[in-house]
Amino acid sequence: MKTLFNFFEKLGNSITSRVLRLGAATRLIFLIFVYSGDSFKRIHLTIREVYFTGVMSLVIIVVSAFFVGMVLGLQGYYTLQKYGSSEAIGVLVALALVRELGPVVTALLFAGRAGTAITAEIGLMKATEQLSAMEMMAVSPIARIIAPRFWAGVIAMPILASIFSMVGVLGGYVVAVPIIGVDEGAFWSQMQANVDFNFDIMSGLIKSLVFGVACTIIALFEGFDAPPTAEGVSRATTRTVVTSSLAILALDFVLTSFMISG
Amino acid sequence: MDKIKFDAWVGIFVAVGIISLLGLATKVGNLTSNDIRETYMVTANFENIGGLKPRAPIKAAGVVVGRVNSIVFDTKAYHAVVSIDIDKRYVFPKDTFANIYTAGLLGEQYIGLEAGGDTKNLEQNDRITQTQDAVVLEKLISQFLYSKASEEDK
Repeated sequence: MKTLFNFFEKLGNSITSRVLRLGAATRLIFLIFVYSGDSFKRIHLTIREVYFTGVMSLVIIVVSAFFVGMVLGLQGYYTLQKYGSSEAIGVLVALALVRELGPVVTALLFAGRAGTAITAEIGLMKATEQLSAMEMMAVSPIARIIAPRFWAGVIAMPILASIFSMVGVLGGYVVAVPIIGVDEGAFWSQMQANVDFNFDIMSGLIKSLVFGVACTIIALFEGFDAPPTAEGVSRATTRTVVTSSLAILALDFVLTSFMISG
Repeated sequence: MDKIKFDAWVGIFVAVGIISLLGLATKVGNLTSNDIRETYMVTANFENIGGLKPRAPIKAAGVVVGRVNSIVFDTKAYHAVVSIDIDKRYVFPKDTFANIYTAGLLGEQYIGLEAGGDTKNLEQNDRITQTQDAVVLEKLISQFLYSKASEEDK
């Protein structure tokens, strides 16, 4: 009887704590929008964060994009040459990058590179009571710390995703044209004939914007909600990566199914 | 000093982002080749559209002059009504012929326009009366077999 009661207690506790966290996250999102005005009024705070989340992620984004593009070129050529249509390799590389891999891989890398940094920074600020000190000085930590980071992530993500797609296409070009020897004119013209700006490129941009919002909010909330201990911060950082990655992949499916059907 | 450094790097970052987006739009995508802005819409009825899809190209002499806007099925006359947007720069006579062709053996389907001899031109909401349906492979094969069989009968 006691064990059964314990079981229900645990079950109830796990559910209420989840609902509580969801509520806290929603409250944080609401507060971010309330205090957003301040982060644009003092734009240098946001610019500083764009530097740390966007510019600092540039190297990993460019290098991985180049390799992803090259691998796509090689693998695509292997299959396409069996059907004698190796010129279509440009279309394959461009569509795969612009529609899916660009936004998704950028978001995954962003969650690992910038999301963890945000969580650890805010978690440590909380652990060392910097956030409480700000409140004591009547400075809202949401306006000063959280909102600029949110907008920086939202701004940086689509930029990073378009850089990823472009560099990836160049990587595919390097493999396809000089190394394999696909005709250069056919490579670009087939690509241009089959990639539609309004549909393919715009849907990729919308995806990256949504991923940017999701990743940044998850990272900010995990940091803000972390227990103020060394262990708490480390677990929050891990949770940021896991939750962001799952959220990105799940959102990608939802967005793709909407875009394909619509 | 620090503030200027951040501003400069973020400026470079945003500029590189915009250049990539422009590169995607012009080099990878079709924003330059397909600057069809002002269009007029005409409709055409087909008994069978085959695999024609919305946004399929409209070609005249191989040049893209427009796009398929929508395809609906008319339940009164039991045929497909295809609305097409044609670039305002190109005018076609009223008796223009619309065919559904296939690019290559297995490629996408498109509508080919062949100009007629009428002195009046097609205008907004006009209907192209002379159309030819998509070629359905099964029909073609059965026609061929039928004609072979009737030859042998003789």
